Amino acid sequence: MTNNGMTDNGMTDNGMTDNGITNSSMTNSTNSSASAASAVEVRGVGRIFTARKGPGVTALEDVSLVVAPGEFVSLIGPSGCGKSTLLRLIADLDTPTSGSIEVFGKPAKQARIDQDYGIAFQQAGLLPWRTVAGNIELPLELHGIGKAARRRRAAELIALVGLADFASHYPDQLSGGMQQRVAIARSLAESPSLLLMDEPFGALDEMTRERMQNELVRICAETEAAVVFVTHSIPEAVFLSNRVVVMSPRPGRIRSIVDVTLGEMAGRGEDLREDEGFFHALSQVRDLLHGDEAAAAPAGARGVETR
Amino acid sequence: MRTSQPGLLQTVLAPIVFGVAVIALWQGLVTALAIKAFILPAPFSIGAEFGANLQNVANGMTVTGRNALIGLLLGAVIGIVLAVVSSLGRLFDEMAAPVVAALSVVPIVALAPVLYTMFGAGAETARQLVAALAVFVPVYFNTLKGLRQVRPVHRDLMRAYSVSNWQATRAVTLPTALPFVFTGLRIASSLAVISALIAEYFGGPVGGLGKSITSAASSSNYGLAWAYVLGSIILGLAFYSAALLVEKLLTRRSGG
Repeated sequence: MTNNGMTDNGMTDNGMTDNGITNSSMTNSTNSSASAASAVEVRGVGRIFTARKGPGVTALEDVSLVVAPGEFVSLIGPSGCGKSTLLRLIADLDTPTSGSIEVFGKPAKQARIDQDYGIAFQQAGLLPWRTVAGNIELPLELHGIGKAARRRRAAELIALVGLADFASHYPDQLSGGMQQRVAIARSLAESPSLLLMDEPFGALDEMTRERMQNELVRICAETEAAVVFVTHSIPEAVFLSNRVVVMSPRPGRIRSIVDVTLGEMAGRGEDLREDEGFFHALSQVRDLLHGDEAAAAPAGARGVETR
Repeated sequence: MRTSQPGLLQTVLAPIVFGVAVIALWQGLVTALAIKAFILPAPFSIGAEFGANLQNVANGMTVTGRNALIGLLLGAVIGIVLAVVSSLGRLFDEMAAPVVAALSVVPIVALAPVLYTMFGAGAETARQLVAALAVFVPVYFNTLKGLRQVRPVHRDLMRAYSVSNWQATRAVTLPTALPFVFTGLRIASSLAVISALIAEYFGGPVGGLGKSITSAASSSNYGLAWAYVLGSIILGLAFYSAALLVEKLLTRRSGG
């Protein structure tokens, strides 16, 4: 099994009283999923970008992380901490210099070839010459799914992201938020059990962003996919995640992993943003990001951030 | 972004009114100042010659037009194919770059006399090749540029979908390049007509517009010479409009 004999310390309790932090050892946050392979298993991964001159840049150093099936994990950290690099490595858009990455028990490359994940980027990356429906159908079309099945699936997904009236519109007729919804629908097209999202809401305004987060929570509850979500927004990470992976830059490392014990995905709604546990987790992540590790545990309701 | 569609009045009527005014002014000046026909014939006499020699002008347009069309197709196909090859292989690109750069500065029409010697003065081949060469350069450069416009996010997406190179080319690279290819073709369409016509000045069989213009002018039939010039303008416009039409039909959505 993939748990390597580590102690199961995560996800066993869901009370708000618990401070839910596992910063003792950054690699030990293995989840208790004895029956299935982990969605993602990153072991001792490093990535060095070689420069033409000089020693090159160490984007990631000795990163280990396990994501359980159905779990929502956010990667957060300042720019240059390697969070996007880590996501690209999981997606096999890039290869690690050292260490290994497994997705559903297979090497990352095999998982990519088997289309085990769906992916969304900060830029929607829609094809401007295709309609909304055409864009969502793109992966299905490329993988040889028949026309009728494609149509049906696209219609379902368009309804899921609430764009029923826009199926035959072209991307340049849509707002940024709508384009991003199309991109998310496209990433869900083949019902992947793993979603990789690289700051998908990064370019959106705060209002749209919160609405998209609410929708993503709903979509995740419906699809039961595991999600690895890169962001630099603390409230976004806390609101969406089961666990928040806090990373530090130069070289990119995992500083700590915060268990957000806010209950089931399906139950997360607008009022959660006012919840005390939400603020508690916010300040934890915040303190960790600011390098204040000692103050992280007993933070209480200090540093109320509503951004 | 265009905020309001200009009305029919603006797009159709305005140029017509302007054209009529210019012709009236021209006619008036020629008549009033008694300008000699070898300097500038009056528009009405050009029109009369054009009407009287409609069949000859049409024949000339057919000959020159066919040369230009063959040259356009040949040059476009070679330009697009070589651009695709260049975009796939860095080595070929680097080999081709100086050659294409050299081609683009050669006064291509000046090759005409050499080509007449190569293919014989009785054949149209030399003219078609001149047109093809003139077409090749803009088509090649624009296509190559277009093929390099694929956005990184699209490249990542294609890799994430683990599709074959050919699938990625069809799904993303070619549609991205298409508007650039058409820009090249639009420039090339008028170049093809001009080159095919000018090439006739340097020899070869009679019948085309270029030859007709020179022979009419040398026999002091200036009205007729201008009628052939009018024919070549119409031919050039026809090529340009056809290219524009095809472009509009095939690239309804682009950019973004």
